[in-house]
Amino acid sequence: MSSIERDRVADLPAKGRLALPDLQNLLPRLVLAPSFAVLLVFVYGFILWTIYLSFTNSRMMPTYQLTGFDAYQRLWGQPNWYMALHNIAIFGILYIAFCMMLGLLLAILLDQRIRAEGAFRTIYLYPMAISFIVTGTAWKWFLNPGLGLERTLHAWGWTSFHFDWLINTHMAIYTVVIAGVWQATGFCMAMFLAGLRGIDGEILKAAQIDGASTWATYRRIVIPMLSPAFLSAFVVLAHMAIKSYDLVIALTGGGPGNATELPSTFMYSFTFSRNLMSVGAASAVIMLIIIAAIIIPYLYYELRGRAQ
Amino acid sequence: MSGIRLLGTAVATCALLAIQSPAPAQAADSVEVLHWWTSGGEAAGLAVLKQRLQQQSVTWRDAPVAGGGGGAAMTTLRARITAGDPPSASQMLGYAALDWANEGVAADLSDIAAKNGWDAAIPKALQAFAKHDGKWIAAPVNVHSANWIYVNKSVMDKLALPVPTNWDEFIALLDKAKAAGVIPIAIGGQSFQEANLFESVLLTTGGPAFYKKAMVDLDPAALGSPTMKTTFERMTKLRSYVDPNFSGRDWNLATAMVIKGEALLQNFPDSAKGEFNAAKQVAGKDYLCLRFPGTEGMVTFLTDEFVFFKRGAGALDAGQAKMAADIEDPAFQSAFNVLKGSAPARTDVSDAAFDACGKKGIADLKTAIANDTLLGSIAYGYANPPAVQNAIYDVVTRHFNGQITTDEAVAEMPKAVAAAK
Repeated sequence: MSSIERDRVADLPAKGRLALPDLQNLLPRLVLAPSFAVLLVFVYGFILWTIYLSFTNSRMMPTYQLTGFDAYQRLWGQPNWYMALHNIAIFGILYIAFCMMLGLLLAILLDQRIRAEGAFRTIYLYPMAISFIVTGTAWKWFLNPGLGLERTLHAWGWTSFHFDWLINTHMAIYTVVIAGVWQATGFCMAMFLAGLRGIDGEILKAAQIDGASTWATYRRIVIPMLSPAFLSAFVVLAHMAIKSYDLVIALTGGGPGNATELPSTFMYSFTFSRNLMSVGAASAVIMLIIIAAIIIPYLYYELRGRAQ
Repeated sequence: MSGIRLLGTAVATCALLAIQSPAPAQAADSVEVLHWWTSGGEAAGLAVLKQRLQQQSVTWRDAPVAGGGGGAAMTTLRARITAGDPPSASQMLGYAALDWANEGVAADLSDIAAKNGWDAAIPKALQAFAKHDGKWIAAPVNVHSANWIYVNKSVMDKLALPVPTNWDEFIALLDKAKAAGVIPIAIGGQSFQEANLFESVLLTTGGPAFYKKAMVDLDPAALGSPTMKTTFERMTKLRSYVDPNFSGRDWNLATAMVIKGEALLQNFPDSAKGEFNAAKQVAGKDYLCLRFPGTEGMVTFLTDEFVFFKRGAGALDAGQAKMAADIEDPAFQSAFNVLKGSAPARTDVSDAAFDACGKKGIADLKTAIANDTLLGSIAYGYANPPAVQNAIYDVVTRHFNGQITTDEAVAEMPKAVAAAK
């Protein structure tokens, strides 16, 4: 509170001074009100609008004539949609699991008071600073058998080397996982490292005195104490996985065939290039439901646990 | 009262000043043009239009949104129109112009069209994409055709086979190329490139009547017919002439393979010529432009056009009117299309300035009009609206990449089309 305000408060008659706690309660709300209003309209407002559009027959432009579940019926008749769901399951699970495992491993290794830790931290964190388009394009060249890794190794004499996941319809989705994990692992590492630094050294010393092995210390003490970091990492990675779009577009363009179609690419393609806006909106609603189904129980469980 | 009016004028002037301040001393007329012609020959062609307009003291405000297919530009356009701030004109492909005319935002160009004889000069098949309810709502710039093959001449000479004119000769040529260690077909595994190949194969397999019945009229029986099965079988055959690393390759890289002699040929619209020109290749000497074997005298077309948007009063403003008239000026049509590598949208333009391929393109177009074999391209969205076009893409690309069998593809084609209608 500025000095001027304080003077004013002092000038207030006794009756006014009684109202002061109300003002103090109100002030944070007043300050937050504009951003809250913006959020309300541009996030929740548009969520409702999208839900509404999914029940219309909107094609190129939004229309407001309700047509029931027609768009959902069309959606579930699309082979591409099943492919997209199949792929997001593979991508989401592997992406989150590998980012967390590798991120935790790197964080633990970096936490061993090694030399030049700052330099390593920066190196691991750098991929996060690169846009998904650059990541996708770089990995596209690197993994292309005719341009990148395979060709180089052949040129070096290892002619039996074979790695064609990028152009193999069954394996292409895993290249998206590789590129995604490469990009986000450093970020997870930073989160876990911050968590590790927040653990009280006294506890670790006590464990050491009690004769706990390093493995047991990590398994029983450190990792459980990192659970808030796990929650944050999970929430961030889960939404990054479901909204991954540019990575796939740059890496595989959804191909070969439709082998790397994801719900996000499906949604964009139906809304904007195929002029079936209602089907696009319906797919967006399903995506929202999926992410809510995963995140809400997790948040509920974690937040309730912490409140206790 | 007059005080209020004065105040109003002052406010309006301030507002105008505020809007115009970044662009000093604007000419009386200006046009803002949304387009995605940002590379090589396309940009050079558009510069011709820009210069012509500037000579008539019309200021050109460029609003490029890059991205070859124009998807990003169309998304931008949608946002601007929804916000009530359309550009003066926008480049358009396929059904987009008609869709916008349906929304009632496209300006009527009929007066300019009547004055400049558009009805007589522009082929009827193109008019279908430029007229809405009998009114002109778009100005077509050019005609591309998708059933070209571009062949590396020195590789072709080495193979010592005549130019193929039917399917069997084509396969013989491809086999010989493969045996000689050349990649027979250069293609990128993107769905539109695969669809380009599909439409050429469909046309040579079924002929124009089947093409029309299956792909334009979307007759379910034709979509699931034995001819369709043969088409897919032939696609499988052609897949064996493609190098293994074709997935996701951009079309211009495929063209580069032909230029370098790594590959024999590419099936692509005349846009490929821009790449040959940029590499200083001469039509007829370094490369050949042939019709896909068995489709001589037929043209599967795509056309670029400009749509003008109603602004303010609803009529065209002076800048828009000059631009629309200029686009259909025969001198511009010739200059632009020589640079872009396409044929003029007007059939009364002289072919004197064009190279061997350009001359053939113009002649083929006339033949196709006379024989009623000028057909909308499937791959580029001139045979059917985007929803159906992409449904066909889905089947073709999954089949070409071995995700579904030929029988599954034939069974799925009518279903996918019906679901998208």
